[in-house]
Amino acid sequence: MKGEPLISVQKLTKHFPFRKGWIFSRKAGAVRAVDGISFDIFKGEILGVVGESGCGKSTAGRVILCLEPPTSGKVILDGRNITRLDRASIRKLRPRMQMIFQDSYASLNPRHCIGSIIGEPLRIHTRNTRQQIRTRVMELLDLVGLNPNHYNRFPHEFSGGQRQRINIARALSLNPRFLVCDEPISALDVSIQAQVINLFQDLQKELGLTYLFIAHDLSMVQHISDRVAVMYLGKIMELTTRERLFANPLHPYTQSLISAIPIPDPEKERKRVRILLNDEVPSPANPPDGCVFNTRCPIAGPQCRLLEPESRMIFPDHVVVCHKADRNNGSLITDSTAPL
Amino acid sequence: MDKILEVTDLITRFHTFDGVVHALSGVSFHLYRGETLGVVGESGSGKSVTMMSLLHLLAAPPARIEGGRALYFGDNGPLDLLGLDTAGISRIRGGRMGFIFQDALSALNPVMTVGRQISETLVEHLGMTTARAWNRSVQLLDYVGIPEPGKRAAAYPHQFSGGMRQRAMIALAIACQPRVIIADEPTTALDVTVQAQIIDLVLRLKSEMNMSVIWITHDLGVVAGIADRVMVMYAGTVVETAPVDDLFYRPAHPYTIKLLGALPKIGQAGNYRLESIDGTPPDLLEKPSHCQFVWRCDHAGDRCWQDIPQNREISPGHQAACFFPFTDKGVR
Repeated sequence: MKGEPLISVQKLTKHFPFRKGWIFSRKAGAVRAVDGISFDIFKGEILGVVGESGCGKSTAGRVILCLEPPTSGKVILDGRNITRLDRASIRKLRPRMQMIFQDSYASLNPRHCIGSIIGEPLRIHTRNTRQQIRTRVMELLDLVGLNPNHYNRFPHEFSGGQRQRINIARALSLNPRFLVCDEPISALDVSIQAQVINLFQDLQKELGLTYLFIAHDLSMVQHISDRVAVMYLGKIMELTTRERLFANPLHPYTQSLISAIPIPDPEKERKRVRILLNDEVPSPANPPDGCVFNTRCPIAGPQCRLLEPESRMIFPDHVVVCHKADRNNGSLITDSTAPL
Repeated sequence: MDKILEVTDLITRFHTFDGVVHALSGVSFHLYRGETLGVVGESGSGKSVTMMSLLHLLAAPPARIEGGRALYFGDNGPLDLLGLDTAGISRIRGGRMGFIFQDALSALNPVMTVGRQISETLVEHLGMTTARAWNRSVQLLDYVGIPEPGKRAAAYPHQFSGGMRQRAMIALAIACQPRVIIADEPTTALDVTVQAQIIDLVLRLKSEMNMSVIWITHDLGVVAGIADRVMVMYAGTVVETAPVDDLFYRPAHPYTIKLLGALPKIGQAGNYRLESIDGTPPDLLEKPSHCQFVWRCDHAGDRCWQDIPQNREISPGHQAACFFPFTDKGVR
């Protein structure tokens, strides 16, 4: 991959301990939301993160942005470890990295007009005058495709897609270099999703942004990302370029995920064979021994139940965490199921 | 083919403080025996309201069904669902037509065990004894793929995972061997791997029990995989109905065409732009007096601003409500 990493995540772990008992409560265990993930995000890149609900993709995003302290591991931004900083230093970092949430309505204060919502980061982090802030907010509204005359309107007066644009404008107000987008389009209708995805791509080209794009919709992730990480039970299972991931997925979990995407093409749908996974995701409080995927894996063998697989680079730019993955195991998915 | 359901000119309005919401302005469709009809559309297009109107599931007031007919062709001849009284519709609901809701957690009763909820239906509709109904419930849970059904029947809905809850609700919907299953976005809240399991299950049940299925969704990918025919709704009207291949390969209505263009192409890597549909759906507080898609349509002519287009046959079984539909000849 070109260039140097903007963000480097090293063995990042986030456990949420839970307690049992009421009066004499004791530590009973921990939900391993994120369990030792490592990856780099390069400058100007869009890294997609996919996985089922509860796989820790949102928690990973929040920890990377210092919204929550990690249990262990490091996040390095421009050569500096940002995980053990005090509040004041974190605050100084905020203008450089911002987040866009899934629920566009819950993340906007219903009692403030959108001009004041978008201008709030500027009031906190800069010493601009009111007039300067107003001008900048107008610019931002124009940038994200909203009418600057709507400055004094309130969030409830906008549709879902427009509200997500307001969130994007607010996140961009301080010229950040890095954005974490946590399922930004999953609450929107198909026709509106396309508008917002196009906006994300235009902004990236125009402003040279770097995204961590979290989603469960694989087809949208494939559309927008340069590289994709597949997460399962707090761990990264496979990380590679989007072309490789969709043309030649090596991990059985990735293969089954891709085979489960509904394709809007009746003929392809009729021909393909789905790899149906049994059961559901095990509890992250009590993950299985060995490979975390072994309970649902169609090709799990004895070593998968005993040993945790190491992360292996099978091709340049293609990392997979599986005992059984090797260069030519396209065997799980037959030709007719390959989406290409 | 035999029809099992025929709906003509269904009009449902909501009388609210803000005014009259024209939720459905003349919806017509039919369902054949043994087929799967996919219903797609964006939120607010009237997909759910249509089905809930048929089964009297809308709260009235504010909802009021102000016109139309919905014939159900049962064993004893046609029956107008809209004209039934409470007792009559109760016999249909759950007995002849099963409903699977999107949110299983709020659709199931949280203070009743899953087994009892299914038994209740069986006792009510089929007159079984409580003990027999309980045994049958356990069988049903087993049938929809719930492990240890005997134990799980005594559990409460919150003790089930999302996918299991959806299975339990499917067991409830098929308990009385209905002729028609209406599935209202049953997989929208689920992960793709679980979604694939549920789709598989419903299709298996459909063929084993010889049911007709109406599957409401906003995911065109799901429709492509399961539907025989597809009906596209927009702003309270049916804009296009077609066999599934016609809809995907020869769409006629500009809205359908744009909707298909807005989807990312699976397996087509490269930096292309998605074709977005500019603008937003219309405000349903205004009584429609012309084509509802006209604001977002690239090809609207004068006529589109003056008249409401009716559904017209484009090819056998393929209808579109547009004055200038795309056809095979490419002529508009």
